[in-house]
Amino acid sequence: MLFVAQRTTAFILAVAVAAHLATILFAVRGGLTAAQILARTHGNVAFALFYAIFVLAVAVHAPIGLRNIVREWTAWRGRSLDFALILFSALLLVLGLRAVVAVCS
Amino acid sequence: MRASHKQRGFVAAMLHRLSGIALAVFLPLHFLALATALNGANALDSFLALTREPLVQALEWCIVVALALHLTLGLRVLAVEFFDFREKTLAALSACAAAVVAIGLVLALNLS
Repeated sequence: MLFVAQRTTAFILAVAVAAHLATILFAVRGGLTAAQILARTHGNVAFALFYAIFVLAVAVHAPIGLRNIVREWTAWRGRSLDFALILFSALLLVLGLRAVVAVCS
Repeated sequence: MRASHKQRGFVAAMLHRLSGIALAVFLPLHFLALATALNGANALDSFLALTREPLVQALEWCIVVALALHLTLGLRVLAVEFFDFREKTLAALSACAAAVVAIGLVLALNLS
């Protein structure tokens, strides 16, 4: 289950990160003042949807990857580890969606 | 996939893990920085002014490299697991692709 979730989100993120890198290049070429950035992003529904999916995929992918690393490198196991990483996932989701709202609305 | 120094692809696996940890630390801070736009363009501009400091620029470069590494090494894992590619060749290709993406981005960011 976790393996499938992590690999599925990896495929999504491979596309999303490539698009994000291209977006960074585009944004920087047009100037990197907040007003210039926000003028391009405010009210852009496609942009908001793309980054909402990006955040959702990250919130699934990163905690599962960290769980694998922690289990591989340390003796930490069990529910406390899972709970800590669920919290981290929730943190990424809340902060990420808040950032999407801040930049796109 | 457990990383062991006796395994082929150990360096790639280790770089994949370390870049993943770096991104996991960076992401919440990145989201918090972007959310300053909730207080208007001036608030976001105040943060962007910080990114012109040499130390912050060096850290930005590190995180761009980490992102490029994690992306390409992740593609390597997917290719090995799902498309039956040869691991050794892919490790070399991933390293090259990461270097190209990172250098290209750094140049583009600096020249713009």
